[in-house]
Amino acid sequence: MPLSIDSALGPLPDALVLRGRRSELIASNLANADTPNFKARDVDFHAVMDQAQGGQLAMQTTSAKHIAFTEDNGFGGMPLQYRVPNQPSLDGNTVDGQVEQAAFAENSVNYQATLTFLSGRIRGLMTAIKGE
Amino acid sequence: MSMFKVFDIAGSAMSAQSVRLNTTASNLANAESVGNSEATAYKARHPVFAAMLNAMHGGTDGVGVRVLGVVESQEPAQQRYAPENPMANAEGYVFQPNVNPVDEMVNMISASRSYQNNVEVMNTSKQMLLATLRLGQ
Repeated sequence: MPLSIDSALGPLPDALVLRGRRSELIASNLANADTPNFKARDVDFHAVMDQAQGGQLAMQTTSAKHIAFTEDNGFGGMPLQYRVPNQPSLDGNTVDGQVEQAAFAENSVNYQATLTFLSGRIRGLMTAIKGE
Repeated sequence: MSMFKVFDIAGSAMSAQSVRLNTTASNLANAESVGNSEATAYKARHPVFAAMLNAMHGGTDGVGVRVLGVVESQEPAQQRYAPENPMANAEGYVFQPNVNPVDEMVNMISASRSYQNNVEVMNTSKQMLLATLRLGQ
């Protein structure tokens, strides 16, 4: 086991934060289920996770006048993607209640799973610290 | 902690949907409120929803709903011949509201379903947050 507590927890804290952000995004899709011209958005979780793990090198700006390559949107600069609707609606809204509910349920189950794994890691660390 | 924003978002949607339920209730309650001219007859009201500005929530993620306003339906009022009605005009006609009960019932069911959806979202987020608070215990 590595000595640093950060690395002992692995990717789990990043995953927890991203799951939390994604639940916010899906909640806003569900909240705007009746808003005309609202476009449902989501992120590619695996791509964002890769980015959070330092999978892709970010572009650096050396002057305040430079336009940042990616803006910090809470998802490591990964662009939010628009959902492709299964059927068009007259008011231009692309929220499908069932799809969003399913995504929200999937996301919250994954959040709870991440929490469980994180608890396990913390318990392991505690055992190691106490040396019982 | 971004998860707290879920409560703002779902809360804004719940209040928007309850405005919609309120207008529906008002429309259905006044479905028989006749007037003596086209102008004085009750007009069906409907709220207009819009996504909240991103700046209010900071960043591009997660936007709530707000009610831009309540608009009156522009459909013409129906005339009905009822000379015995004290509201009748000189020709004996009263003007019935342009409320469509079928539309209103559909609106009511849609609003209550959306409201329930948002309550579910709030409950689930609450459980997720409480589980996070118990992390490591």
